[in-house]
Amino acid sequence: MLSNKHLLGLENLPKEDIQKIIDTAFNFREVLDRPIKKVPSLQGITVVNLFFENSTRTRISFELAQKRLSADTVNFSASTSSLKKGESFKDTAQNIEAMKIDAVVMRHPSPGAPNHLTKFIDAKIINAGDGTHEHPTQAILDMMSLQEKFGKIKDLNVAIVGDIEHSRVARSNIYGLVKMGANVTLCGPPNLVPGTISEMGVNVNYNIDEVVEWADAINVLRIQKERMGIGLISSEREYRKLFGITEERINRSGKEIVIMHPGPMNRGVEIDGGVADSDQAIILDQVLNGVASRMSVLYLLLGTKDGDLK
Amino acid sequence: MITELLPKKILFQNVEILDPLKGTNKKGNILIINGKIAEIGKFDQPSGIKIIDAKGLTLTQGFCDLHVHFREPGNEDKETLFSGSRAALAGGFTRVCAMPNTRPPIDSPELISYIIEKSKDCPINIHPIGAVTKGQAGIEISEMGLMKDMGAVAFSDDGLPIQNGLVMRKALEYSTMLDLPIINHAEDSFLRCDGVMNEGSISTRLGLPGNPGIAESTMVYRDLKLAEMTGAKLHVPHVSTAASVEHIKDMKSISNNITAEVTPHHLFFSDKDLVNYNTDLKVAPPIRNNKSRKALVNGIKKGVIDCIATDHAPHTLQDKETTFDLAAFGMIGLESCFGIVKKLLVDDEGLSLIKLVKLLTISPRKIMGFNYDLLKIGVEAELVLFDANENWVFEKKNIFSQSINSPFFGQELSGKIKYTVSKGYISQIF
Repeated sequence: MLSNKHLLGLENLPKEDIQKIIDTAFNFREVLDRPIKKVPSLQGITVVNLFFENSTRTRISFELAQKRLSADTVNFSASTSSLKKGESFKDTAQNIEAMKIDAVVMRHPSPGAPNHLTKFIDAKIINAGDGTHEHPTQAILDMMSLQEKFGKIKDLNVAIVGDIEHSRVARSNIYGLVKMGANVTLCGPPNLVPGTISEMGVNVNYNIDEVVEWADAINVLRIQKERMGIGLISSEREYRKLFGITEERINRSGKEIVIMHPGPMNRGVEIDGGVADSDQAIILDQVLNGVASRMSVLYLLLGTKDGDLK
Repeated sequence: MITELLPKKILFQNVEILDPLKGTNKKGNILIINGKIAEIGKFDQPSGIKIIDAKGLTLTQGFCDLHVHFREPGNEDKETLFSGSRAALAGGFTRVCAMPNTRPPIDSPELISYIIEKSKDCPINIHPIGAVTKGQAGIEISEMGLMKDMGAVAFSDDGLPIQNGLVMRKALEYSTMLDLPIINHAEDSFLRCDGVMNEGSISTRLGLPGNPGIAESTMVYRDLKLAEMTGAKLHVPHVSTAASVEHIKDMKSISNNITAEVTPHHLFFSDKDLVNYNTDLKVAPPIRNNKSRKALVNGIKKGVIDCIATDHAPHTLQDKETTFDLAAFGMIGLESCFGIVKKLLVDDEGLSLIKLVKLLTISPRKIMGFNYDLLKIGVEAELVLFDANENWVFEKKNIFSQSINSPFFGQELSGKIKYTVSKGYISQIF
């Protein structure tokens, strides 16, 4: 029901498929508003959540999506350090394949790990974040949230602010938003915005005030504290001054700008608490839409036929 | 491949004899008696001896590769001196220089002797390269003089760039009294950082940490200036960027002590080929963009780059069958080398076959100080016979290395090695 067997990223996913996932996600969003939030769509289907990297939100969101669809779920968490020491990625993959499961949801610190997994596994693979490469379901839930708020994605001015170079959220959002016809501007310290990124069909502007003035919506990326002290970010206060989505900046702008954040937030660094808690922030809608989006992806990849949703 | 002792007398007849030194290509016969060339050209054919009708084949000097990793001692699971020799024979190579980054590294006269002793029974000539610094640690220069006495032909910390400019300067100065080249794997480790592929639009798309071209070219520039200052012989291995080619060109216009090599894979691939995270294309230095690839081809055509070297770097399947960031750097290259460069440089780029053969024979031999006048009477037979026009598909069965980490499987190549004659053996390659 999607043109690809797996969801490895949005780079190679056609626009029509993205729209289909979002449309179907709105149907599931309606299920989530019911008193009994469960449908039998994936009864008898087994999904393994294979997490090689710590994750609370994404894992819970996927697990909840699977349970709401009546799929059987198993969680497998492994630290990559133990992988390096002992069992190879391939052995882990083949062990899981041998257990006859239908799909794998994988989070892995290595870019391209889900592509690599396709060589060893017949099951369908959903990328839940691979290093600094892609995080497709995050971008889908972000786009769904934009569509919910604005009624469309096309022609919206969307800014992505933060450490672009190390962000899988940024990459997937860029691929998705550009395909859906949005205008995308990236903003962040020049040493964290790769010089070649404009080839992906986006603009780059290092002046946050100009970007705030331009944007209909701003997706604020989490600043990884480990980037500090190695010449990438000088300090939290300087980052906040130069790139932070502060109350002052937002209030200075006359219009209402929609604020998004993939979480978890560093309040007072990339985003002020007051902005995060304001009415224009849709951060908690994103979380709910995340469950619906993941239900949609699971359903479209694993459901037996169109229409059994009703 | 069948390898046998050379018959006491053997005649290759009706063969194109390509002499890269004289620049000639003439039909004729070649007679080998007791492993040495006895007659060459047109002569009365003796009777009652082994004759190989080599009609349609080209005969020339055996190829020489001044950059291979044979992994012995320490990683005999990947390659040994013997298995590497078989890979060399299959690729038409009769002489190679083995890099010292083994376990332990070859950094003492005793270890040079070990390689020399172990290589005696191998069917090709293997020359050890000694480490520039003790333990390849980049701090203290090694016993280069004693290593030369034992048979070291050059010095290199290959795999580990000499980061400290003072150490590089002192090593170059020291080497001038030995008159042997220093080969420095040029990559500034700070600029490289954790880069695993070329930095550019493809690394941005793939989310892989990039290794910028400037990490190589700035250190190449440093090394060239140090070589100019010290008057030492510097050989630049596996040049990968357009900027490095420019720096080498500039220095060559004022110095005769600079030489450079390029690998078949840097000539053939560009970073666009990495979009599927193929770990067999993970090499150091990385496969660069198409602009640099073209500059390398031009560097060959213009004579800025002196020779082709494979940087044959065997790895086990488990070292490569992992995610891209964790996979080992390197690919094997001996068996596929000729078919790739013949197709690319001669068929596609219009280089003459004689020029290509020079890049694989007399050029590397000159750099290393080996005899390069081989096609004459009395010289020990060190020959390759190939079909210059045979198209073939590279497959696993063509590999004789102990490792199979090649990105060339399924690739159509042009020019096929048929016989290699080396150290009293004849190998027939199928």
